[in-house]
Amino acid sequence: MSAVSSNLIERRIVFLLLFVAVALPLVFPIGWKTEVSSYAKQAWELIESAPDSSVVIFSFDYDPASMTELQPMAEAMIEHAFSRNHKIMAMALWPQGMQLAEQAFLKVKESYPDKKYGEDYVNMGYKVAGIVAIQSMGKNMRDVFPADQSGTKYADIPMLSKVKTLKDVAYINSLSSGTPGIKEWVMAARDVYNTPVTGGTTAVSAPGLIPYVNSQKQLHGLLGGLKAASEYEALIGRVGSATVKMDAQSIAHLLILLLILTGNIKAFRARKRSAE
Amino acid sequence: MSSFMSVFGLWMAVFFTFSIFSFLYKDNPFYKFGEQVFVGLSAAYWLVYLFYSIMLPNLFTKLFTDLKGNLILLIPATLGLMMLLRIIPKTQWLSRFPIAIMIGTSAGINMLRYTKSDMLSQISATMINPFNAATTSAMIGNILLIFGTICGVYYFYFSKKQEGISAVPSKLGIWFLMISFGASFGYTVMARVSLLIGRLEFLLKDWLHIIK
Amino acid sequence: MKRNLPLFFAFFCGLLVIVSEFIPHRPFSLMIDTLQEWFMIISGFAIILGQISLFQSNINKIKQKDSGWMFYLAGLISFILMLIVGMFWGTQETGGLFGHGTALQARLGMKPFDYLFEFAYMPLSSTMFSLLAFFIASAAYRAFIIRSFESNLLMLTAVIVILGRTSFGSMLTGWLPQGLRFWHLPNLSDFIMEYPNSAAQRAIMISAALGIIGSSLRIILGIERSYLGSDK
Repeated sequence: MSAVSSNLIERRIVFLLLFVAVALPLVFPIGWKTEVSSYAKQAWELIESAPDSSVVIFSFDYDPASMTELQPMAEAMIEHAFSRNHKIMAMALWPQGMQLAEQAFLKVKESYPDKKYGEDYVNMGYKVAGIVAIQSMGKNMRDVFPADQSGTKYADIPMLSKVKTLKDVAYINSLSSGTPGIKEWVMAARDVYNTPVTGGTTAVSAPGLIPYVNSQKQLHGLLGGLKAASEYEALIGRVGSATVKMDAQSIAHLLILLLILTGNIKAFRARKRSAE
Repeated sequence: MSSFMSVFGLWMAVFFTFSIFSFLYKDNPFYKFGEQVFVGLSAAYWLVYLFYSIMLPNLFTKLFTDLKGNLILLIPATLGLMMLLRIIPKTQWLSRFPIAIMIGTSAGINMLRYTKSDMLSQISATMINPFNAATTSAMIGNILLIFGTICGVYYFYFSKKQEGISAVPSKLGIWFLMISFGASFGYTVMARVSLLIGRLEFLLKDWLHIIK
Repeated sequence: MKRNLPLFFAFFCGLLVIVSEFIPHRPFSLMIDTLQEWFMIISGFAIILGQISLFQSNINKIKQKDSGWMFYLAGLISFILMLIVGMFWGTQETGGLFGHGTALQARLGMKPFDYLFEFAYMPLSSTMFSLLAFFIASAAYRAFIIRSFESNLLMLTAVIVILGRTSFGSMLTGWLPQGLRFWHLPNLSDFIMEYPNSAAQRAIMISAALGIIGSSLRIILGIERSYLGSDK
């Protein structure tokens, strides 16, 4: 068997193993418990401490490609904000975010059927130009959002009657999977208008955003990936979709570690053989 | 009818899911088909949302409902049209004006925002008293944070050749970067696996109803 | 005029942004508000330009019968279909040229645009990116090999983080006594993220910021002008 075809077979075996490692725990859940990290706790504390009836911004800056990680965060955080009676102004710096926002609100409304559109939450739609749009929101919100998704004028939306600029919102929660996203919110909202920012991001982006969680409080905590989503679910006492998926995540991680180990043993042997 | 279309939609989603997964075996027509459909749908999606969320409320509605009061908006509209002239070779140069405005504005904004958020605030966040910590591990962490940031920045200083004793902080900077890349790899594994979990959940739950 | 006027525009806009930051009063505040509003509209046209360009490129490939032209045709058809249903009947709460398409909604269970999003766009997008899970597993097996002290460091951190960010990791070292809690895998993983990782990422941030500030200045002062393209 040639080296190329042997490599190809090895590759396919790895693929198959990963497929099984993810599928099996989904069918037969194990129920391992999740521990809450300080980053998730800080994000939770910001929402928990905001006053009753505060208007807050939830920015849906992601697309379906990262919804497995970010949608559970969105649902858990909306639920938390609703439980604190916050008025959520939803918007998106990514166009796909609007559809995902709608799905998240629909899901949470199953537990909060009395929350009314326009009074408790509103969907302001997608805005292009990322950081520039955020800067403009700091000057005049109505210029950026002349109307909501359904065409209702900004002035006619009851929950936004006192919101003129970004300074009038209690906090901003950006669920982001890239640019524009959390980074732009920190730069143009937190560091210019002092509005607290928290958020959730994909695990890939998390290490690069962690320096913002610092003594300057540029970012109030950060949820990074599915694990953090399950931590947030634990914090609000909800067994959501992220918690259910954590077993599959754990087993897949174990498999990856096993693959690293096997790969290294194989490389070590090859090196030893060539030295001989 | 609605329920038939839901089932049809579900099977369409399954078909597209397997079309893309088929790439794992090898490149094939199903994958190529799925890939191009994705590109087409994605482009149209952007266009439709752009129209309803930006062009309509921020430009057209304002112009159509109160042209006199919004005459100034004709300037960005004209600049926008000049941008579109880029597709015609003879008039391509006209697109330089809107591009210059965008690039100039972005440059100004980036300069200010990065100076504040990614430079000054990060430097302030590093200028901490390391011994003012609740636990020993936090104190060690603070020292590592200060030390690692300085060594890391030093590593990126390319204006002078780093050799001899001056290469030591650079070497230490590399170590910190390696630790960070290792952590990033760990997080990347987590992210990628999560995406796969999402798709398998769809197949096992929504399609096959194996899990609840 | 073809080059110098755009360069002046870039200089003026960049300078206006900077001046208005330090003098946030009239007339600068008014000028910057207007500029930002214009920026959003022009950005919209820039996206349209991108889509037209994609459309043109697909048409050319189909016309010239390039290899795989049928796939480009499929892409073009899906583009047109999504665009038409979106413009005719709108999205979610937004009505289109022909209203909300109530009859169609009753048949499909939702708007045609949302139907295509839910059953075609969403599975395609998320499956496309989920392929990366397989490739990263394969890379872990074939490329993540210990070769030097640096790669050892990278590997060790990766292993701790991979374990620390799972429920399994919590279980594995959950038995450690209070005095040794630092070595509990999730705590160790958090420590790495909070301190050494933050240090390295902060160094990257500060260095990149310096680079961005430099290149922004070059653009504003007209030293960097490659974005204007050539005169040919």
